[in-house]
This record gives sequence, structure tokens and C-alpha cells, in this order.
Amino acid sequence: MKLTFNIQGGDFTHAGKPSSEVKKVLKQLNVDGKTVKNIVIALYEAEVNVVAHAWKGTVLAEIDENKITIFVEDDGPGIPDIELAMQAGYSTASKQVRDMGFGAGMGLPNMKKNTDELLIESEVGKGTKVKMVNYFK
Amino acid sequence: MIGDSKYHSLDPSKCIGCTHCMKSCPTEAIRVVNGLAVIDHERCVYCGQCHRACPTHAFYVEQDDLAMIRSFKYRVILFPSIMIGQFPGKYSEDQIYDGLKKVGFTHIYEVEQPMQVMIDSINEVLADKETPKPAISIYCPAIVRLIQGRYPSLTENLILRKAPHNLAAHFAIEQLRLEGALREEIGLFYATPCIAKIAAVKSPVGESESIVDGIVNMNQLYNEVMKVISDHEVDDHSVQRKNLSAEGINWSLTRGESCHFGSRSIAIDGIHNAVRFLERLENDQVKGIDFIEMRACDQSCAGGILLTGNRFMTVERLERRAKRYPSAKEIHQENNLEKAQELKRKLILDPIMPKPHFAFGKDRVKAMEKMDKAQRIVCFLPGIDCGACGAPNCHALAEDMVNNKAKMSDCIFLQQKWVDEGRIHARKAFLNIQKKWGADRFKADCNKRGRRNEGF
Repeated sequence: MKLTFNIQGGDFTHAGKPSSEVKKVLKQLNVDGKTVKNIVIALYEAEVNVVAHAWKGTVLAEIDENKITIFVEDDGPGIPDIELAMQAGYSTASKQVRDMGFGAGMGLPNMKKNTDELLIESEVGKGTKVKMVNYFK
Repeated sequence: MIGDSKYHSLDPSKCIGCTHCMKSCPTEAIRVVNGLAVIDHERCVYCGQCHRACPTHAFYVEQDDLAMIRSFKYRVILFPSIMIGQFPGKYSEDQIYDGLKKVGFTHIYEVEQPMQVMIDSINEVLADKETPKPAISIYCPAIVRLIQGRYPSLTENLILRKAPHNLAAHFAIEQLRLEGALREEIGLFYATPCIAKIAAVKSPVGESESIVDGIVNMNQLYNEVMKVISDHEVDDHSVQRKNLSAEGINWSLTRGESCHFGSRSIAIDGIHNAVRFLERLENDQVKGIDFIEMRACDQSCAGGILLTGNRFMTVERLERRAKRYPSAKEIHQENNLEKAQELKRKLILDPIMPKPHFAFGKDRVKAMEKMDKAQRIVCFLPGIDCGACGAPNCHALAEDMVNNKAKMSDCIFLQQKWVDEGRIHARKAFLNIQKKWGADRFKADCNKRGRRNEGF
């Protein structure tokens, strides 16, 4: 089962739609509450990253019997040093984004914490590709 | 316990199958079958939206016979303060209390007392580092059921402390024992503002058994009191209210709880507002909030479906009333309640379990097949959520279809298309609709919804 969504950079108003839709599907598939929560938190963080930093992006969620694989890809500035970006509290978000309550530097650490597998590839000036896998219990 | 019993039903002789209840239900628990609304009690959270939406008052609420109070020596009426708020301003608190005595009760307890015990108890939960934040109040039972069923991962955020009616019930028993009463001589009756509280009292969540002996619907009690209420000066009953505080009186109103707890708190009223907020909360989009008060009715309990008075007038009267009362702290210190610790212990609830009821079944592979199928079906439906199929929206119809609870031909648009394509006969299509909605649907009847003088 596949679900796809587009994300517009800078559109904080509509951030959260993909995570809500994915959540609804997972609940209907009887995935346990904790796992659903982890997935939704990770996906929402990834969405906000695209909205806050990139120009546009896509979300593809592939659900099968025992796992969900989510690909979040964007056209954006990319991440120069992924290891640094993974540190809690490290942020390159603009003041404007921070004033909106985002960009606290917890995005990638939160994604790491809430997924079973996390893979990030990034090319400066082109964009970032994120793959997240969560296994159902 | 969701679905273990039903506390409201539908009078088929009054239901006109107008779909308004179906469209207002926050859990899509209603379908129209053979021209009549049918409630799925598995999904129902007893919020009462359907009662509000019904133009013919076809829904009715279970109630106990008031005559049963006579079998007890001590007849205690427990009611939330909003009961007082709905009476016309010309009646004093004492006149209302006097009316309740004339109806047959010997002791009268507004449930929000002694409130400091409740406030302290909830503060203990919030101070505990183990408590997941934001902590959510269990005050409104419709919200508890909604969370159990639709937001199961948030059940751990519910504060495991009982509602005020338990506080007052324990308190009343304690006080009557001091007067020499035996437990079996005491009949505790709770006047309820809504169906959710009936369900909470009759089959409680997180309690082994109900402490209350019977339920009285607040609108019924209001009418009984209005029959006998005196216009003249009556006895002073203020001794029965000596533990009632400003905080207690405001408790059942919006922000009545949240103003006491946490450094950052939120109050939400209205079930559809609650649904939208819980959705965000579950996505972890709400940060830094300690306490959430959430009630299913607009204006909280003042908007309960069993209230007679206008909700805004009720709020105004109560807020004015609260100003005349001392604070809960003052009362607590003054009365030096001996049993406060014991009362507080009795307020602790057992853990509340999630009861998810939105899954397509236990088998995930089959569930995925069904969902895929439902998604494909949706592509063929008109997407205007007209309700003419008897389901609240196209998506719900598609889900019903894959669960073998509905047919493709239930959609009047698909049927029309099939007639056009010559796949079914026009007569057959007509009979399908007639079967779904009843033959009377096609008769001229000026009493249908949308009749003369009913619009804006």
C-alpha cells in the first residue's frame, strides 16, 4: 500500500497533513498505538524540516505487512554536515522559523529516536533524501 | 466500557431518517438503515451530538424511576453546580434546595465539594515526574471514551483521578455515617447533565463498581422541582453548602479545571474541537503544555443535553454565584476535614485501557486488502458526502462496503450511472432507494425536515 504527498517549502499552515493521513491508515491497520505515535512524530519532524528549509518536497509511505518505509525527499539547500545536524540542539533555522516555534534543533535527533532505521543522504545545493523504517510489533 | 451497554436509544416512531444525527456524529457511529437512524454502540462515545442535531427529538436517554428513592431512609441527591445555574434568577439557592427536599430527597450535595481535596489530588499526579505530559483530565467521560477508541496512544496521558461525583459520594457517605446512618440505608442518586455521565456512573471506567445507586436525568429533576418550588421565603439550607467553594462552583464550566493546574494549561470545549486538538496532540505537535481540560459540550456541562436553561445564562449565573463563595483553600483550613487523606486515596482510579475500534480487523494483511479496496471504491463515488446512501460520507460508505455492510447500489450517483449505461432498470433503481429510505420518503409530507417556516 502506497501513499504519496507533496510538501510546499515555507507552508507551515498545511504541515502535518501527511502525518495525519498516515496515522489514520495505520490505526485502521490495527498497528499498536506506541508504534503509530513513533512513526507520526518522525514523519512530522521530517515534514517540518522540508517546510522550514527546503523549497519543495515529497513524502512516499510504503506500508506492508510488518513495516512502514517512508521516503521524504526535497529540493533544497542540503545538509553540509549530517553528523553535526544529528546533534541535539544544533540548528540552522532562521530566526523567523524559530519564532514560529520550530527549528529547536531536535528534528533529526527526534527522527532518529522514533525510527528503527534512519538513512539520510544529502547534496549541498540540491536537496536531501531521508528514508525511515519502522517495524510493526 | 465502550459498547457494553447502551444508555440512549432511538424512538423509531419519531425518527424521520433525516441524516442530521449521522452527519454530526464525531465517531461516524450512525447509519441510516431502512429509513431509520441506527447507532453503533461500539463506536458511540455518548457525547450527545445526535440528540442536539435531531429535529424530532427521537433520541431518548435511559433513566431510573424517581420513585425508587423511597426505598432508602437517607435519600441523597448529588448534582453538579450547573443544576442551580439553569433555574431562573428569581429563585434563590435555598428555594431550589427546598424544592429538592419536596421532591423527596433528605440530603442535598452539590458534587464539587470539598474541592480542595480534588485539587490537591490532581496536583500530586502532575507533580509526579512519571506522569506523561500534557496530562489530560478525565472529567468528561465522553472525552475518555473518545481517547480510548480513537486516540488509544493518549490513554496514558489521562489523569487517574475520579470525577467530582465520586468525591461528593464518598464525602456524603462519610458525613451521614457521622449522623449514625448505615451504608445500606443511604441511597445516592446522581442528577446527570448528559448521557456520558450516565454511562460513566453505570459502567465506570477504571473503577470496579459504581458508588451511586441511581441516576436522575437533570431535565426531569428540573421539571419536578419547578412543580413544587416556593416563591416565598424558605428555610436556610446553607449548612449543606458549607464545603462548597468558588472553585467548586466553576469546576464544570470551561476553564473551571485548567485554571488551577500546571504552569501552561489549555481548556477545550465542544467534541469537534476536541477531535481536532487530539489529532494534533497525537502527532506530538503540542509542546510544553502541562494540563488539558477537555469537555464534549460547548460551554462544558452548562451545554449538557439534559439541561433546561440556556447554556450562556447558566454560565453567567454560576460565575456570579461563585463570587459569593469563599475559596476552596479557606474552606479547607476552616473546616479542617479529618478524613481528607482518606478521601483523597479513594479518588485514585485504576489504569484506563485503550479500546481502539477503528481497525479493519485483527489480521493486518486482510486489513490492508480491505483498505486498498476501499480506496479504489472511493474513486468511483461522487465525493459530495450527501448521505443519501445512509453513511455520513463517501469514504465511510466505501469502508462499509468492504466490511459487507453496504452495497455499490446504495450510492444514488452510481445507480444513476448504471441506469444511464443500461446496466440496471430504472424501476429497479427506484425500488432500491425506496428500500433504503422507506416508501414514505416519496410521499408528500409537509412535516419533513425543511418544511415551511423552518429555514433561516
